[in-house]
Amino acid sequence: MADFWDGYALPTIIILAQILAIMVPLLVAVAYLTLAERKVIAGMQMRTGPAKVGPFGLLQPLADGLKLFGKETILPAGANRLVFIMAPMLTFVLAMVAWAVIPVGDGMVIADINVGILYLFAISSLGVYGIIMAGWASNSKYPFLGALRSAAQMVSYEVSIGFVIITVLLCVGSLNLSDIVNAQKTVWFAIPLLPMFVVFFISALAETNRAPFDLPEGESELVAGYFVEYSSMSFALFFLGEYANMILMSAMTTILFLGGWLPPFDIAPLNWIPGPIWFALKIALVLFLFLWVRATFPRYRYDQLMRLGWKVFLPLSLVWVILTAGVLVAFDWLPA
Amino acid sequence: MAFVDRSARAFLLTELVSGMALTLKYFFRPKVTLNYPYEKGPISARFRGEHALRRYPNGEERCIACKLCEAVCPALAITIEAEPRADGSRRTTRYDIDMTKCIYCGFCQEACPVDAIVEGPNFEFATETREELFYNKDKLLANGDRWEAEIAANLRIDAPYR
Amino acid sequence: MVIQALIFYLFASITVASGVMVIASRNPVHSVLYLILAFFNAAGLFVLIGAEFLAMILVVVYVGAVAVLFLFVVMMLDINFVQLREGFLQYLPIGGLIGLILLVELGLVFGTWVLAADVAQIAALPIPAVDQVTNTEAIGRVMYTKYVYLFQASGLVLLVAMIGAIVLTLRQREGVRKQSIAVQNARRREDVVATVKVPTGGGV
Repeated sequence: MADFWDGYALPTIIILAQILAIMVPLLVAVAYLTLAERKVIAGMQMRTGPAKVGPFGLLQPLADGLKLFGKETILPAGANRLVFIMAPMLTFVLAMVAWAVIPVGDGMVIADINVGILYLFAISSLGVYGIIMAGWASNSKYPFLGALRSAAQMVSYEVSIGFVIITVLLCVGSLNLSDIVNAQKTVWFAIPLLPMFVVFFISALAETNRAPFDLPEGESELVAGYFVEYSSMSFALFFLGEYANMILMSAMTTILFLGGWLPPFDIAPLNWIPGPIWFALKIALVLFLFLWVRATFPRYRYDQLMRLGWKVFLPLSLVWVILTAGVLVAFDWLPA
Repeated sequence: MAFVDRSARAFLLTELVSGMALTLKYFFRPKVTLNYPYEKGPISARFRGEHALRRYPNGEERCIACKLCEAVCPALAITIEAEPRADGSRRTTRYDIDMTKCIYCGFCQEACPVDAIVEGPNFEFATETREELFYNKDKLLANGDRWEAEIAANLRIDAPYR
Repeated sequence: MVIQALIFYLFASITVASGVMVIASRNPVHSVLYLILAFFNAAGLFVLIGAEFLAMILVVVYVGAVAVLFLFVVMMLDINFVQLREGFLQYLPIGGLIGLILLVELGLVFGTWVLAADVAQIAALPIPAVDQVTNTEAIGRVMYTKYVYLFQASGLVLLVAMIGAIVLTLRQREGVRKQSIAVQNARRREDVVATVKVPTGGGV
């Protein structure tokens, strides 16, 4: 019995506690990201944004959630029921499971696996299934067109994201996320690999279907894209999934280029602040960039989007991989 | 040289950066939002809001049941029935405005020879049911009593231009 | 170890069951979705034997890219399934025969399978113990040293296949107006706009 307790029960409880410690702040962050988005975009348009529910509108996400919860779930008559219901769950679950390998501080990670970055890449490439399944199962033209656009877009930009990740890996010599962060103790990779940082950020916008690449849900053409037919909580799951993916992509950007939990300089007042707070601050900065870009740029045309992905980013990142490898070999800077 | 300049600008994303700088500049500008139920924008003296039937200072209602407003109303929102009152003066027995039909053109107040029917400055008269928007004479007179000060002030301001 | 065994049987049974469903389900989109489930559980099995790199690559390549394109094509096909199944009985004998032959061949291969004498030694050789080196590094060391020519050759095969696909589908059409972004960007105001003083009644 003691064996069972020490061998299985206790680790399970610890892991569950760790999962809760990640999930609860994450879900709160997702809720407040929706408010932050409205506030930031409003600010850039000289408005104040939601300000009525609670002080400064701080209870607005709760009100929105409550409203969605009280709505009726509609299953379209021609829909493929099982797939239709599974799609939003898949999107949401995938956005959550990726956080298993994200190191929020030094050693503060649920699963410190050796192939962490590949795991993240795999999970983010699975995200497209939720969208395709939703589009197909709705059995309706706008969702289907939205799903097709989204699938093509995500697959295209994953290629350049892959190359950018390879550039970072060349400089680190490990696929472990904690190792990647620790390799940035001297200088963050955003500085020597600045072009790749830009490519990665723009690809992340495309990967999460955010403006200016939000064609899958382009409301002027496709009503709302792949989730036209969704309502109530299934819609809410898509919505949460999208915002959780944004946070995930920001976390990836932070880990790969902005030094994860490390302070900007390892000097006295800065390294008193604990790692997770630095990590959260950096994620918030990248998220602000996401919102800032949305408030600034108009939507791309679809052929321009594909051109950018295949004809600009792919060659650029490929050249940079070769360049980085060449420089590392030439100066004998390759990590052990 | 121009080619090099253009290429450098394209690769350094100068246009994107300047666009983002512009939005960031506006982010720190003062906001123009009015906190509506607590703050309201100024409205013109000629603002055409909720209807009201006015009275003379001695309490006598102005309307003489000439039915000009009913005739001019393009939306056919006004219904008037009239009979001589006990003292022999001509007065309305019924003065209804269907506010769901009204298009707030202001022809009724233009047509009125005695400034009885006017459109006041009130624009917050939303109701929960449709029936509440079928105004009768009592409701319109009550509106007149409630908004008389503002209506009179607005008419006085506008008088030199009529 | 009980838990590991249970998880193995969970993954294995789902893999087999979804493999069966790939060929058994009536809707081809469901087939592809079951195929994805099978891939995913196979990746789980890889993780169980400690080959996490292979597991992730399986998910990235097969689930994340290949199956998406598969699903893409299958979703867009407009097939009448009743019509598709009409000739089923007609082709059943020949299909069954081919299946039987394959089964017999598999049996023969499996029955006469002999491991070479030094295979255990060779298999153990290139892979150091798991705690010494991560399996990403182990695969890399083998692939880029011992098997580098085979690796490059397989890359060339893929390149040829890619070029072949492009050559087959590329067609240059005459008289199609295309957008040239470089030309558009190079357009300057002074080159294309002229201010003309138009005399009254003279026209441009």
